[in-house]
Amino acid sequence: MAKIRVPTPLRAYTDGASDIEVAGSTVGEALGNLVEQHPDLRVHLFQDDDLRSFVNIFIGDEDIRFMQGLDTEIDAADSLRIIPSIAGGRRTQ
Amino acid sequence: MSSVHQRFADLSNDEVKRYSRHVIMPEVGMEGQRRLKASSVLLIGTGGLGSPLALYLAAAGIGRIGLVDYDVVDFTNLQRQVIHGVSTVGVSKLESAETRMLDLNPDIEVVKYNEPLTSENALRIFSDGWDIVIDGTDNFPTRYLVNDACVKLGIPNVYGSIFRFEGQLSVFYADEGPCYRCMFPEPPPPGLVPSCAEGGVLGILPGTIGTMQATEAIKLLLGIGDPMIGRMMLYDALEMSFHSIKVRKDPNCPVCGIPADEIELIDYEQFCGMPAHDHSEFTSVDETVDIDIRSVTVHDVKAALENGDDVVVIDVRDPHEWDISVIDGTVKIPKPDIQLAKNGIQGGRRLWEETVLKDIPKDKTLYLHCRSGVRSADSIAFLSEVGYDLEKMYNVEGGILAWADEIDPAMPKY
Repeated sequence: MAKIRVPTPLRAYTDGASDIEVAGSTVGEALGNLVEQHPDLRVHLFQDDDLRSFVNIFIGDEDIRFMQGLDTEIDAADSLRIIPSIAGGRRTQ
Repeated sequence: MSSVHQRFADLSNDEVKRYSRHVIMPEVGMEGQRRLKASSVLLIGTGGLGSPLALYLAAAGIGRIGLVDYDVVDFTNLQRQVIHGVSTVGVSKLESAETRMLDLNPDIEVVKYNEPLTSENALRIFSDGWDIVIDGTDNFPTRYLVNDACVKLGIPNVYGSIFRFEGQLSVFYADEGPCYRCMFPEPPPPGLVPSCAEGGVLGILPGTIGTMQATEAIKLLLGIGDPMIGRMMLYDALEMSFHSIKVRKDPNCPVCGIPADEIELIDYEQFCGMPAHDHSEFTSVDETVDIDIRSVTVHDVKAALENGDDVVVIDVRDPHEWDISVIDGTVKIPKPDIQLAKNGIQGGRRLWEETVLKDIPKDKTLYLHCRSGVRSADSIAFLSEVGYDLEKMYNVEGGILAWADEIDPAMPKY
């Protein structure tokens, strides 16, 4: 099974897990499996069935937007990463 | 690549001695050090990232260093903003930083811009002869503003960003590679940005990322090594791991994909849906603030707890904050748990009685508090969405900070 690396800001929705094994032969299937395992993640990654525009998914060091997007094929050895958009340690509340 | 400029300044004998560990390296040498002295670098922010940046760039002999900040030094800054000190708490960050930089190296010039960076002043400030801009800000609106202004003026933007134990580093230089918007076309909506409850930052982290930004700036100025153009370094302090990813130029980028003279600086607070700084007049148009939330004071809370009124006082801060201070007699349910419960109920995945909300009675008067009053107001909005009566819920004004000020002066504030 491929592995997905979840960044700190999203670990609140994965019970703290950082590396999650997922089934699927494409990026879309793998992410679908991920949000099935952790339903609270869905709203952070997807808007309806599309990946949110600020969510960056990488396979190794490559951005899937420059591959075949959610249709990009993966195999069990692949490591996926969600790259968060972070701004800093500003206290907003 | 070649250096971003071709100017050279003469060095005095004292300066040659000061920089001797530089000039004996062939990659720098006398020529490189004279180039650094002729260089101008603008730092946006003199906080966590700006502190190591300003110190190391001053020490390295960058001849002219600009600082943009409007803030004063706060006691809570000292956990990470090491250019400041107890003696400058309450002093302008620019004054505080300048004093320390000139103490470290009196041969440099410090240029101060005591104002928040805005769409109105960014082009004026950035056009003041800066070879490189370094983004050391702490919020999305200013990051997009810095990017767009740098792309428009053709200035390399050395980017660093931090969150908790993770950091990112890149060089966005549209003349030779992608810009920030190629990687992050849009900011996350405010509701999906981690709040301070989930936020915070390891004090050392901006030191790590800030010194890496300073390294990239020196490389660009000297024209040596492989700059982080088209790449982003991801740093995880807990794992002590570095991972480099490729950042590609987006030919359809709305900023670096169009001619520079067509790039317009926009209202970035509107674009991001959040304020850029404390002085901002921006108010969110988020629907949750449109509902009418009732409030009570900490004195009302004290009276209710003492009189045994039929009121449930709920503390929605995070568990680690309860270790710092608590008001006795409160029910403790973190805001993220309330939000998750609300999402679960609305998504049809959970029943009310299966969530933390089962501990929040629907038929009683509720007083909700957090640290300062924002998270508790959000929690009231969430509860109202899943069947709680808005007229029975009250936000405690000023949160536990107000309690420490007005009820229990011995309580620590954070």
